[in-house]
Amino acid sequence: MSRLTNHAIGAWLHGLSGVDQVGCESRAAALGTRSIKTASKAWAIDTAIGMIDLTTLEGSDTPGKVRSLCAKALVPDPLDPSTPRPAAVCVYGDRVGIAREALGDSGIHVAAVATAFPSGRASLPVKLADTRDAVAAGADEIDMVIDRGAFLAGDYATVFNQIAEVKAACRRDEGPDAHLKVILETGELVTYDNVRRASYLAMLAGGDFIKTSTGKISPAATLPVTLIMLEAVRDWRELTGTQVGVKPAGGIRTSKDAIKYLVMVNEVAGEDWLSPEWFRFGASSLLNDLLLQRQKLTTGAYSGSAYVTID
Amino acid sequence: MPKFDYAPAPESRSIVTIKPTYGLFIDGTFTRAKGLFPTINPADETTLAEVSQAGPKDVDKAVDAARRAYEGVWGRMSGAERGKYLFRIARLLQERAREFAVLETLDNGKPIKETRDVDVPVAAAHFFYHAGWADKLEYAGLAPAGGDVPRPHGVVAQVIPWNFPLLMLAWKVAPALATGNTVVLKPAETTPLTALLFAEVCQQADLPPGVVNILTGDGRTGQALVEHPGVDKIAFTGSTEVGRAIARAIAGTTKKATLELGGKAANIIFDDAAIDQAVEGIVNGIFFNQGQVCCAGSRLLVQEPIHDEVVSRLQRRLATLRVGDPMDKNTDLGAINSRAQLDRISTLVDAGIAEGATAWAPECTFPGTGFWFPPTVLTGVAQTHRVATEEIFGPVLSVLTFRTPQEAVAKANNTPYGLSAGVWTEKGSRILWMADQLRAGVVWANTFNRFDPTSPFGGYKESGYGREGGRHGLEAYVTHTTTGAAR
Repeated sequence: MSRLTNHAIGAWLHGLSGVDQVGCESRAAALGTRSIKTASKAWAIDTAIGMIDLTTLEGSDTPGKVRSLCAKALVPDPLDPSTPRPAAVCVYGDRVGIAREALGDSGIHVAAVATAFPSGRASLPVKLADTRDAVAAGADEIDMVIDRGAFLAGDYATVFNQIAEVKAACRRDEGPDAHLKVILETGELVTYDNVRRASYLAMLAGGDFIKTSTGKISPAATLPVTLIMLEAVRDWRELTGTQVGVKPAGGIRTSKDAIKYLVMVNEVAGEDWLSPEWFRFGASSLLNDLLLQRQKLTTGAYSGSAYVTID
Repeated sequence: MPKFDYAPAPESRSIVTIKPTYGLFIDGTFTRAKGLFPTINPADETTLAEVSQAGPKDVDKAVDAARRAYEGVWGRMSGAERGKYLFRIARLLQERAREFAVLETLDNGKPIKETRDVDVPVAAAHFFYHAGWADKLEYAGLAPAGGDVPRPHGVVAQVIPWNFPLLMLAWKVAPALATGNTVVLKPAETTPLTALLFAEVCQQADLPPGVVNILTGDGRTGQALVEHPGVDKIAFTGSTEVGRAIARAIAGTTKKATLELGGKAANIIFDDAAIDQAVEGIVNGIFFNQGQVCCAGSRLLVQEPIHDEVVSRLQRRLATLRVGDPMDKNTDLGAINSRAQLDRISTLVDAGIAEGATAWAPECTFPGTGFWFPPTVLTGVAQTHRVATEEIFGPVLSVLTFRTPQEAVAKANNTPYGLSAGVWTEKGSRILWMADQLRAGVVWANTFNRFDPTSPFGGYKESGYGREGGRHGLEAYVTHTTTGAAR
């Protein structure tokens, strides 16, 4: 447990520069007007594919569904073997073993949501057990949710301590520790000031990534929210020397959207973040739209949904 | 080589047809071209077209045509009918928006992103807004209540600058027509083409001949126009120097005038400001339209404790500005409008450095031809330096510091100008206090360079007199007669 008092953390978070909503949204909209063509579009599409955490998070996820998703990750476009693979497959904790086995030594990571995803409404021991279970099953990455109830009640110390404890639960005695992504669920935090504070809190507590959303709450990822988070990781590295990744998740479905996010990464955080190590998309349907656009650039003609495989 | 290198994304210029020569637009038709002078593309110095220099006789003809149109048609037309023409013009501007945007960028040098997203849509918005007023003038509070009717002046002479050629035309023409005046307009010497395209729109809208006349030419044309005895009112936007000459020229006459002149706006950043948005506001304040904006936030007043942080964040941001071909959709900063303006900017920046300021600019690669100046930040500027007092009208920011709100106000007001100001703070009460203290026609709070036809715009002191836009902007275009009747 940290020696930081809730008062100290709260004072620090509330001392951060505020966010002007109008200015933030107009900056995000302005970045969205960049026109990305030809060679730069091709680069962006391949980069975006490589940044996807291909996700299925349903109560109905069967072993067959998970294997099918893994097969899609291994061969995203059977018509074009030069297509890059997504960064990871993201599943519930009890499906980690199946994904691990299906992906083998392909280099594609297995990410598991944990800590009573998506609500996070469980006691800390339950959250830690959930995390350890996924880590033990071979997850390379853990996507935890913060306790939004505690955050909105001003109980920042609880949020901080939970993140720190989950981070400890990501350790492995043998092999690399699981990377920790901290889901802020910005759709429940609502204000940009809260998004900035939650980002700093998650980074202070040791999160390797900050992630917008579970995908179960609307709105999920938005450009302005991601802008705030990119500014946060950029400033955090200047402050501490530690680089933290960003993952917008939920609601990003088209190549056009994905390219807007990459432009924002490029111009706000900088090109150091333009790799799957530091930026991810949490998405499922996005991959197929990127593949369609990729086919269009390669062949010069639109193919259509019959020419990309469903997982 | 950057990882994510944006490929060129040029807007096509094929949408617009530029004629080799243009005559003057008088009484609904184009005259034969004569006394030609070139208008060039400041991004590559090629000649776009040659336009006519209007002489005193042309001014006579145009003013006569405007007078006939005023007395014969426009002045007696009902407001509702006038409104229909204005709505039609507004819609035509929207329909031909891409054409206007491309032409404006070619002639002015500003990025296509700005003409597409600001100049043209806001120009159309001014016509829509004033179209709505045309039949409601009696209810605008322009004349004392009780049966009094606001009346047009008659023939209005309008002289506009080169920094927002179409938008300034809209600011001038829309309220004049809405209130029943007729117009003789002179666009700037270096940027006449969108005004001439607008003349085509007037024809397309079937605007009665003579209601709008457009005379191209240099300062001599402008002088002949404002001094013409047949003109009832003058509306001018441009330098304070020319504004003074106009005021002198019309002294002792019955001519009314509104003047929108220079500025040296303070953009004031308090230590509690939302810093990322403040940096965006600084960039938008001084680098929008290459800083060639009368209300540009050219003096950055930053509270001393955050000076270093603001400057370093600003420099990081400026390194991402895309400078170059104005026709590229990703260009943020385009060309300076003319060699004369470029020389003026260079001279003032050199003077600033000689007086002790430190200049910083990101690395920029410019084309071999054209007029270019990098986005420049001058730090260590003192209130006495020329770069802190004189209007540079270019992409150059002078950075000064202050300690208290009182000092910020004193420094901000310590200028002969008073057009605009910006205040950045998360404290609402301070915004209200500052807005009350600042001697500026427009005070932007946590934003900058926002223009809206509903909002009056104009200056204090040497920034001019009169307002444009909003209900207040109508006042300059009407007089009123009080009618007493026995009940």
